[in-house]
Amino acid sequence: MAAFQERPVGFFTDTSICIGCKACEVACKEWNQLEGNKPELLLDSFDNTGQLDAQNWRHVQFIEQIPDNNGVVMNPTPIAGGQAWLMMSDVCKHCQNASCLEVCPTNAIVRTEYDSVFIQQDVCNGCRDCISACPYGVIGFNEKTGTAHKCTLCYDRLQNGLQPACAKACPTESIKFGYLDDLQAAADKRLAALQTAGYKKAQLYGRDAKVYGGLNAFFLLMDEPEVYKLPSAQNATLPSRNNLAGYAGGFVTAVVGLVAGVLAFRSQRMNEKTDATR
Amino acid sequence: MPPAEHFAAPPNWEWWILAYFFFGGISGGSYAIGTLLRLVGTPADQRAARIAFIASFVALLPCPLFLIADLGQPLRFINMLLDASGGGLSFKPWSPMSLGSWALLGFGLFSFVSFLGAVADGGWHAADPIARILRGTIGAVWNVIGTGLGFFVCGYTGVLLAVSNQPVWSDGWPLGGVFLASSLTGAAALLLLLARSRRDVDAGTSVRLELADRNFVVLEVVLIAVFLVTVAVAGTIGKMSGVWLLLWLVVILGLAAPFAFTRVDAARRWAPVTAPILALLSVLALRALVIFSAQT
Repeated sequence: MAAFQERPVGFFTDTSICIGCKACEVACKEWNQLEGNKPELLLDSFDNTGQLDAQNWRHVQFIEQIPDNNGVVMNPTPIAGGQAWLMMSDVCKHCQNASCLEVCPTNAIVRTEYDSVFIQQDVCNGCRDCISACPYGVIGFNEKTGTAHKCTLCYDRLQNGLQPACAKACPTESIKFGYLDDLQAAADKRLAALQTAGYKKAQLYGRDAKVYGGLNAFFLLMDEPEVYKLPSAQNATLPSRNNLAGYAGGFVTAVVGLVAGVLAFRSQRMNEKTDATR
Repeated sequence: MPPAEHFAAPPNWEWWILAYFFFGGISGGSYAIGTLLRLVGTPADQRAARIAFIASFVALLPCPLFLIADLGQPLRFINMLLDASGGGLSFKPWSPMSLGSWALLGFGLFSFVSFLGAVADGGWHAADPIARILRGTIGAVWNVIGTGLGFFVCGYTGVLLAVSNQPVWSDGWPLGGVFLASSLTGAAALLLLLARSRRDVDAGTSVRLELADRNFVVLEVVLIAVFLVTVAVAGTIGKMSGVWLLLWLVVILGLAAPFAFTRVDAARRWAPVTAPILALLSVLALRALVIFSAQT
């Protein structure tokens, strides 16, 4: 099959129709030959994956929202009497302003012709600066390869005209893959429909440039971003925000330190000169 | 301003990085104090300056090894400097790790040459030509540039942590200054320790080093306070409490020691090496506290 056009592609994950089947997780592991972590019972709803990491490039979150009023619903809403079981298939966001790409000292992290963010495994030296920088906790360190790993947006499949494995496997089309402008148009339409139906908290996350300049993998959420462990637009800041202040603070400290040192060494010298002239 | 939210995963920077931050700081701080002693000290201070340059290089020697050992692919350490994918140099000024790699390389050169000059002054005549060059104006310029790079090595480690999305680290932009001031305190303590163990170092030099040490401690205390305020405002100061209070105690003891040993009669009886050792432990504890607390 022919490769996709060299235009920005991405995911639109509509969490309102995610059923938590984890087919995306399985398909991702199969295609990318990820061994997976040792199984653990996390006692966190239906989640036994835990987080995105080197072995989990897709992670279905289960968020139980049950009002804590001894079962009495105080403020009924149109959604199941105030109760909700939210599900979201999380993934690398392939940010337009990517924190990982910004800090990577070896240029191992690059932007591909499809506008996705990709870690070149033969260049990465495992410094883990990208892990420190990623605000979504997406990147993990693989002990076997000694390198950082994350979703590649199935770069190899794209080059062969195949859509990413997770989107292909999703039975409800909660994960939609396509050219970014098409996905954005579809997302706008879906949001309008949900809001008309009374889902007032429904919102798009990463659809526009407010979060890291826009996300190539963006979401339709049924609650605030923090509920899904996503930083709000106000808190979505790049690591480089501290560059200038950090270096300026260091420079001022260096100058004050030098003055403090000169005062210590010069004052004693002056005392000695004074003593010698007496 | 709402509290910062952090959903980042920890990079698991642990003991190798702690060791690098400690030795790199001591190295850069020692070089700066060596320069100060050489350029504004008395003739009697020159022996201590020589010790400072030697200590700087010796402390710097294991640093690249610590950094390489921490890499997942140690043999690819050169990718920090050479671009393996695009060719040419790998230099990203906006990435503190990239900038720090180059600064470490540059400082290594300056520290090595100053080390050669220092050992030549101490009687190793093979390096006499270098020592002769370093005695003049060229030497002063060399020391000043080396001090700038040394300061960078001391402080960029803090900036590296701040330029992230980790709790505590990214909430505390003054970390670069904190680590720099702490490096000066630690280096002054180390030089005091070395000066007191040698008979050929002038007693007046030790007094001057003590005074400098106290000045550096004041600077460090102010910066730690500013750092704590920024972390408190962000709402992540709780990450540094609990079990980490033990390390805070070590930090405080080390900071108080240089003053206690001159003002408290009971403390004066203790061996003169106690205050510098406490100060060095304080430098280590501060870095351990910052590195580990944020990642747990």
